[in-house]
Amino acid sequence: MNDSTRDIQALIDLMARLPGLGPRSARRAVLHMIKKRGLLMAPLADTMAHVAATARECITCGNIGTSDICDICTDDRRATGEICVVEDVADLWAMERAQVFKGRYHVLGGTLSALDAVGPEDLRIPRLIDRVTAEGVTEVILALNATVDGQTTAHYIAEQLEDRGVSITSLAQGVPIGGELDYLDDGTISAALKARKRF
Amino acid sequence: MEWRDQGALLAVRKHGETSVIIEAFTPAHGRHLGVVRGGVSRKIAPILQPGAQLDLTWRARLDDHIGSFTVEPIRSRAAGVMADRLALAGLNAVTALLSFSLPEREPHPALYQRSITMLDLLAHADADAWPLAYLRWEMALLEDLGFGLDLGRCAVTGTRDDLAYVSPRTGRAVSAEGAGDWADRLLPLPQCLLGQGPVSALEIMDGLRLTGHFLQNWLAPSLGDRPLPEARARLAGLLARHGGTGS
Repeated sequence: MNDSTRDIQALIDLMARLPGLGPRSARRAVLHMIKKRGLLMAPLADTMAHVAATARECITCGNIGTSDICDICTDDRRATGEICVVEDVADLWAMERAQVFKGRYHVLGGTLSALDAVGPEDLRIPRLIDRVTAEGVTEVILALNATVDGQTTAHYIAEQLEDRGVSITSLAQGVPIGGELDYLDDGTISAALKARKRF
Repeated sequence: MEWRDQGALLAVRKHGETSVIIEAFTPAHGRHLGVVRGGVSRKIAPILQPGAQLDLTWRARLDDHIGSFTVEPIRSRAAGVMADRLALAGLNAVTALLSFSLPEREPHPALYQRSITMLDLLAHADADAWPLAYLRWEMALLEDLGFGLDLGRCAVTGTRDDLAYVSPRTGRAVSAEGAGDWADRLLPLPQCLLGQGPVSALEIMDGLRLTGHFLQNWLAPSLGDRPLPEARARLAGLLARHGGTGS
């Protein structure tokens, strides 16, 4: 490799570390950006530099934004008394994409895990309990993954909030929209049958 | 190298972007690790929940390689316990203790059978039966790993009657008469572990303190003095809050 291509190779190597990209796809992406230098690469570099300098976790809910308190937490219209507890920022963004929840969120930053030695003190559970008291919360919606670790965490949070006079709910589990029974695992079918509703 | 066996899934760890490394407890190959390619996919991830019964095919070029698993679901147990706080804690305790204590690739067929029975009881959320079964399962775990308690006769007098304590040093039963003034230094022996009398909440908690003592002081030091899995303490705490029963 000579000096003229070393920087480009360094960029390819960095891009290849991103999720979903390998060396070949990173090379294609870099080549595409170089071809669209003015249209894509320069604005991308500027935006990345800006986000790198300003991105931070919201001190209230754990969402990622560019200010200390995120837009959701500062929006008075979202002070509905409902907090939706999610495992990760990606889950919060998924909920926001659906545009059905109008309350606020709380990002735990993971789940309890015996295997990885993640305990309650490693998550944002104490902060959640503080918020429930301080923000006059009436309902905590546990939107955690339907996995053993996710539900263990949900039960733990429910225990911690038991005596705080707050309604605790969780997302339903069952057949996804567009799902075919034949392709579902027996656990999902079992959960769906248990949670059946009058038609 | 290739083998096919059934097994209960103990743990799953992410490996790269799309694969996972699973730990399964099988009758013929003991606790065995292997990579499941595509294990984070929407199709396979729901199958790979701790406690699940799987049909496993393991392949590797050499025996000492980690190898890869092909998995087929036999039955899921997670769905049966997820809504039940105590049963879920029980499932976590069983899988965490097995993962913590079993050596890799060493078969324990008797313990495997007991563990499967235990997991099935939890999956059916049989609240009346599983706390005592769990206690007996911990006894079986200790015994299978070479730390069995001797509850057959009194270590002091030799009698088989009136056994009321266990020596924390030797793990042998002691009768009320044999204990004498030393009774307060011994661990209470719940009569339900001798198959006598009804199972009370107090006895379950005494039993968990008894097995917990030997897990902590005998088993854990032999494994490099690692702390016992948090899941076991959580189960004991929940059972204490619910009066020692699974309901």
